[in-house]
Order: sequence, then structure tokens, then C-alpha cells
Amino acid sequence: MTANLHLWLIPLLPLVGAAINGLFGKRFSRKLVTAVGLTFPAAAFALGLWVAIQFPSLGTGLYRESLAVWIRAGDFRVDFAYYLDQLSLVMLLVVSGVGFLIHIYAVGYMWEEGGFYRFFSYLNLFLFFMLTLVLASSYLVMFIGWEGVGLASYLLIGFWFTREQAASAGKKAFIVNRVGDFGFLLALFLLIKHFGSLNFESLFASIQPLRPETQGSGLLTSIALLLMLGACGKSAQIPLFVWLPDAMEGPTPVSALIHAATMVTAGIYMIARSHVIFDRAPTAGTMVAILGTLTAFFAATIGIAQTDIKKVLAYSTISQLGYMFLACGVAAYTAGIFHLMTHAFFKGLLFLAAGSVMHGIGGEQDMRQMGGLREKIPWTFWTMTAATFAIAGIPPLAGFFSKDEILWQAYASSRGSWVYWLFGLITALLTSFYMFRLWFLTFFGEYRGNRATAHPQLTTQTAHAGHDDRHGHGQIHESPKVMLVPMAILAVLSVVGGWVSYHHTFENFLAPVFHDAAAAPLAEAHPTGMSGESPVEEGGKETLFMAISVAAAAIGFYLAWLLYYRRPDLPQRIVSRIPSLYQTVLHKYYVDELYAILFVKPLLAGSTKLLWHGIDQNLIDAGVDASADAARQVSDTMRHMQSGNVRSYAGWVAFGAAAVIAYMVWIGIP
Amino acid sequence: MVPLSYYLILSGILFACGVTGFLIKRNIITIFMSIELMLNGVNLSFVAFAAQWGALSGQVFVFFVMVVAAAEAAVGLAIIIAVFRTRETLNVDYVNLLKL
Amino acid sequence: MLHLLLFLVFGFACVAGAINLLVQRHPINSALSLVVVMGSLAGEYLLLGAEFVAAIQVIVYAGAIMVLFVFVIMLLNAGEEERTRGSRVALLLGLPGMLIGSVLVAWLLERSPTPSVAAGALKGDPQTIGWLLFHNYLLPFEVTSILVLIAIIGAVVLASPARMEASAKKEG
Repeated sequence: MTANLHLWLIPLLPLVGAAINGLFGKRFSRKLVTAVGLTFPAAAFALGLWVAIQFPSLGTGLYRESLAVWIRAGDFRVDFAYYLDQLSLVMLLVVSGVGFLIHIYAVGYMWEEGGFYRFFSYLNLFLFFMLTLVLASSYLVMFIGWEGVGLASYLLIGFWFTREQAASAGKKAFIVNRVGDFGFLLALFLLIKHFGSLNFESLFASIQPLRPETQGSGLLTSIALLLMLGACGKSAQIPLFVWLPDAMEGPTPVSALIHAATMVTAGIYMIARSHVIFDRAPTAGTMVAILGTLTAFFAATIGIAQTDIKKVLAYSTISQLGYMFLACGVAAYTAGIFHLMTHAFFKGLLFLAAGSVMHGIGGEQDMRQMGGLREKIPWTFWTMTAATFAIAGIPPLAGFFSKDEILWQAYASSRGSWVYWLFGLITALLTSFYMFRLWFLTFFGEYRGNRATAHPQLTTQTAHAGHDDRHGHGQIHESPKVMLVPMAILAVLSVVGGWVSYHHTFENFLAPVFHDAAAAPLAEAHPTGMSGESPVEEGGKETLFMAISVAAAAIGFYLAWLLYYRRPDLPQRIVSRIPSLYQTVLHKYYVDELYAILFVKPLLAGSTKLLWHGIDQNLIDAGVDASADAARQVSDTMRHMQSGNVRSYAGWVAFGAAAVIAYMVWIGIP
Repeated sequence: MVPLSYYLILSGILFACGVTGFLIKRNIITIFMSIELMLNGVNLSFVAFAAQWGALSGQVFVFFVMVVAAAEAAVGLAIIIAVFRTRETLNVDYVNLLKL
Repeated sequence: MLHLLLFLVFGFACVAGAINLLVQRHPINSALSLVVVMGSLAGEYLLLGAEFVAAIQVIVYAGAIMVLFVFVIMLLNAGEEERTRGSRVALLLGLPGMLIGSVLVAWLLERSPTPSVAAGALKGDPQTIGWLLFHNYLLPFEVTSILVLIAIIGAVVLASPARMEASAKKEG
């Protein structure tokens, strides 16, 4: 508390970069835009590292600094203030670090694109909002970041806004997010009304003494459910996940940064931050867990049928976010954050590698047109391999540790159940399967595509038309170093990132944030759960589960190898046996169509018929026109008084005089 | 001994005749003369009230009214002459260019 | 008694003159009836004791203003009135309005009995009025003299033919 860490600089530096690039970037050369666009995030990351180094010397590990007064309304006050504890420190490092790496990658990926300065301006802007979100000391400042990342997401998804799908996808993302934000806002209002504060410290201090609500209803449960709705919107859970696959219209660095590593994790972070509330509302926690499990399973099933490489990764992201939701739902917050961190590494890398593949073969996104790229783009191949093995949960890579922790907690936590574990396990199998399917289809076998010049009409899910047009090279080529180096760094992190859980170092680091949720009987990351068994048996069970999940990953690998490498004719035969099921899965269970019928069409119809024609045209416009008309008619009548005839004027005067006299007599003056 | 109201009624009659003349006559000069008639009616009521209340200021006011009437008649007739020069008519109904 | 008789005589002359003014078609006849009205009014003023005012009435009103009117009528030589379409408003609104107004005023007057005025009740001789004019009402006196000056200048300017020809030359 005594040292001044200048936290406010961390979000503000990217904002400065965004402003410079946004206002002046049009006149800059590409090199200058790059310099501006990279320096500020680098500075933010460096500052974050410095803060991390200073962190242990802070004592109790709680740090708050206030930048400016914002709202003082009676007893309610909110300031522009930042707050640092272990949780936000982890998030800060992940966001700024991975963000910086992806910035570097994006320089290479977007080098040939138009609007280069605009891209980096938006990217820096996103970084500013995301850092505000994770460093916020109150829900309201977090909400600024929350909305801001939604805005940045919209801007970046629709970066090629002249393309209709991209513009619609941006709109869809923003609108669906708004539905979630609605829930978030309602939760904030309830918090203000009943607790009078939105600052984390004072708010949680006043919630701390409350008993957990066991009946399944009540104030805290409502607040928690509304917060969950907000998180569903941002983190793409059922029912608000539909925007994430469409968001793949944006450039691949955007998908990597925003829709894999950082923005979509905002919901998880928010739930972890609100653990005080969720721990006292077990019903809401269970809802979160159920929702997470369902989403994870559901998205994984869709993923196994997709043919666009980015869509597979998108559904994979939704699925992994479901895992994190599950973890938070059973109050295993450290496991959830751990998986968040490793997921940022390997999912970010997966997207970057996919972008590198697409760059190498001239913009093609359909995996059926790929194949045999292993020798041609070796660096991309090896980094993607690391990431694929990580996400499948093969030890000793990062994903194994985090996913395994979640699966164990799903069973052993006091709110856990074997059902969660079972679904999680099946989802892990499916994850392994579709990831290795992607791996085999892309890198092994024969190359099935055409020459890598601009033929984007080959597939149903077209590549971004702007990207391949400018590539003069017709050869399949490796990406430039500026793209490969970040990928390599992330690959290393994907391999070693899980090792921070050695001897529960990571969990112990985060434990102080969550330990004061001890009002509810929770199992923390210690393997000694409260399930009443002895530690030895617990340890044995955990090892057994670990073995089972590795086995599941191995089964997934085998199936993928069988179907897509060894006997590539098999998938078609399987599909022909279950055509309708396959079609349903291929069309994502027709969720988009369902939403269109349920929500979009009635809304559009109501908007057009009722609001536009009915009210705007017939009521408001007609009213204005009618009043103008009435004025004209009145004056049209009145002008006849000005006849130019002196005698009529005299007549009026005489009449008026008589009227005045009559009035005076009537009211009794004389 | 004549009651005051007789004077006032006479004054009222004169005034009413003036108004009527103003309303129904077409010749501008005749209309002007009706105005003078109205003023005379008012003068009579002034003098009558002055006599009743014993205040000579009523008669002084009559003096002023007469002066103003003279001035007004002079200017008004000059205007009528000017109008006659352009419009060649003394019919007030034809002098209606100031209409909407 | 004599007072009342004289009052009625003069009053009758007034009213007859006023009605004749309305009835006559040629303006010169109306002008001469107006002179009659003014003369009768001078008599009424004398009955009320306002000598100075009566003299002024005859000298200024009947002697100067009406002469001016007669001059202008004869100068313009407009002739009898024609019958033109008048203003409906004037007839429909004005006349009834005027009638109503007069009836109301008359009714007011008859409600309460008013005191009688003796003949020559208030002596308005020139000396007293002069005294009032130059002491109590000095300011209005001076202002009206300026007003008369303005009227003279205005009348000369408006009616002078040179001005008319000059503006006619500008247009033509």
C-alpha cells in the first residue's frame, strides 16, 4: 500500500497508442504505424512485469490506487481506481503478454492489408479496455472495460466492413453481447440498491457476513444469475454463444487475441472476481456449472463436423470456455483461472498457426482443400502440433494440467458431481478427436487444394477475400519471421505453462484471493476435498481420474488417426449412415435459424410496422405536418381581416369597443 | 335646470352618428367629417362634466382637443389630396392596396 | 325652464345636422350640415357657461377647419358619391356594435339619477382659462404648439405638387 505502482499507466499507454494511430496514422508510413502500435503495448507489458516483480513486497498483496473522482452521489461513490491482487496480476500478465505477442504477429499478417493504421489503432484500443477491465477496482469501472471490449470487438470483427458478412458478424456480436450486458446492468443496479456500493473492497466486505442462500432464491442468487447472464454474453455460453463463430469473419489475429485469449475470458474473470457472491448463492453456482458443462459438450459436438479451420477453433473456444464456467460453478476458481491462462497460450497459438497456414496457402480456410502441408510449412506445423497436443490434454503439456484440475474439481468439489465429470470427460475425448482431425486434415496426407492463387469461391465458407488477392506468390510458403517468432514463444509457453502448478504453486499463489470465501464450505485447489475421504484415498482417486482423462485423449487421437489418416474413406461411410444427424450437427443444430425465427424476425417486423410506420411516420411526422398545416390554415383564414378596406377596419374597431364596454359593464366597473 | 344626463345623451347621439357615418360613407372627405363629428360629441361631454364638477380643466382639455383636431384635419386633408392625385378617386373602397 | 328650452332647440339642431350629414350624398352638403352642428354646439357650450370654448369652437372649428374642408371638397371636385360595394364587416359588425355600445352607455346613465346643471354654472372666461393654460397646463400647451408646427410642415410637404412631380419623374 505504500509503494505507488502507477497502475494507471498500464491501461493508458495502449490508449495513447490507439489515439496516435487513429488520429494520425493515415499519414504515417507502415513502419511508423508499426512502431507506434507495438511500442505502447510493449511498454504496458514491461510495466506489468515490473509490477509483478514489485508484487511480493506489497505485503498483504492488496493494492489500490485512485486516479480521479468520478461519481459522488450521496453515499454512493465510484472513482476511477485500479486494484491489484493476485487474480488481477495473473490476468494482467496474460492479457498484456499474449496481447503483445499477437500484436507482433499481426504486423506480419496484416502487412499487405489496407487500413493498416486503423487495425492497430483498434487493437491498441482493445488492449486499453481489456486492461481497464482486469485492473478495475469497482464493477462500474469494470463495466467500462466490459463495454469497451465489446466495442473493440465489433470494430475489429467488421474490420473489412465492405464485406457484408463481416459487417453483419460485427453487429451480431455487439447485439448479442448487449443482451448479456443487460443482465450485468441489472445485477449492478441490484447491488447498488441493496449494498450501496460497487467498489470491490467495500462491497465484498458487506456481503461477507451474509449466510449462503440455500433455498435457491433470494437477492444474492438473483444478482449471481444476472451476472452469469452477462458472462454468458461475453464468454459465449449457451444461449448467447451464437456470435463467436460468426466473429471468425475478422482477421485471424483478432480471433486469436479477442476471441480466444482475452475478451472471451472476461466473463470468467468477472465470475471469479464475484466469487464472494457466487459462494453465497449455491443455486446460481450450480446453474453456472450446468451451463458450462452443457456448452462444452454441445460445442464440441458441433466442432467435429465443421470444415472451416477457424470455425473448428471457434467452437473449440466455446467448449473450453464451458470448462472454465464449470470450474467456476463448482467454486474451483483457481482451476478455472489456470485453464484460462493455459487456454490463452494454446488457443491463441492455434489461431495464429491457422492464420499462418492460411497465409501460406493463399487464404484458403476449408480443411478439405488442405493436406500434406507438414513438409512445406514446418515451423507452422511444429508450433501447431505443440498447441494441439496441449489442448488435447496430453501430459506434460499445459492443457493437461489445467483440464485435469477442472475435471477433478468437477467431481471432488463440494458442489461437484460425477455427472459433471462424466460430461467433461466425454467432451475431452471429443476435443482431442476434433483437434487431431484438424491436425491430420491440415498437415498430413496429400495436398488436396488448388494452386494457392485467388480462388476463394471454391468453398462454402469463403476466405477473407481481401487477404489472398494481394499475394503474388503462387507457391505454398512459410510465414515471415515476424509471424513465426510469437508463435514459437507461445508454443514454448504451451509446453511449460502448466508446470506452474507443480506443488500447487499456482493455486497457492491465487489462494489468498479466494480463501475468504470460507463462509461456504468449499474445496480449494488442494487435492484434499471435503468429500469426507481420507487424503490418501483422495490422492489415489485423483491419479485414477488423471489416467482416465489421458486415456480419453489417447482414444481421441486414435480415432482421428484412423478416420483421417489411415482410412480416409471411413468418415464418408459413417456420415452416410446417419445423414440427418450429421446434417443437424453440420448446421450447428440450427440454432441461428431458431433465433432468427424467435427473435430477429419478430423484432424486425415490430420495428418496421409498429415503430417506424406506426409511430414515427403516422404519429410523429403526421403530428408535425398537421401542426404546420393547422398554422397555415389559421393564418389563411386570418388574413382576410387585412382587406385593405378602411371601412372594415372601422367596423372591427367599433365592434371591439362595444365588446370592451359590454365586458366592463358585465363585470361591474361603472 | 337640465340634468347632466341629457347633455351626455346628446353627446352620445352625436358620437353614434359619427361612427355610423364613418362606417357607411364612401367618400373619404365625408368620413373625415364624421371623425370631426365624433370629436365634437366628445367635446360636449367634456364641457358638461366640467360644469358638473366645477373643474375648469375639462374646458382646457376641450381646447387641446380642438387644436389637435385642427392639426389632424390639416394633415389628413393633405394626405387625401395626395391620394387623389394618384388614384383619381375619392372612393375609399378603391384605396385598398394594403391588403393581403 | 328657458334653460331646458334652449337646450332642446340647440340639441335638435345638432342632431338634425348630424343626421343630414349622414343622409346627404354630395360631400358639400355634408360639410355645411357639419357647420350647423358646430354652431349649435357653440350654443350648448354657452348654456354651460363655457364662453371661451364656445368662441373657440366658432372661430377655429367652424371658421377654420370647416372652411378647410370646403376648400378641399371644391378643389377636388369629386362630385356625388357612387354606390359601390362596401364592406360587409363594417355593416354587420360595426353598426350593431355601435348600437349596442350606445345603448349600454345610455342604460348606464339612466341607472342613477344625475344632478342637474344650472345654466352658466361654471364661468369659463378667457382669463381663468388662460391662467390655467399658462400655469397648470403649460407643458401640454407647448407640446401642442409643436404638434401644430409639425402638422403645418407635414401638410405642406404632402400636398405640394412639386414633390409629386418629382417622384413621378423618377418613376417615369
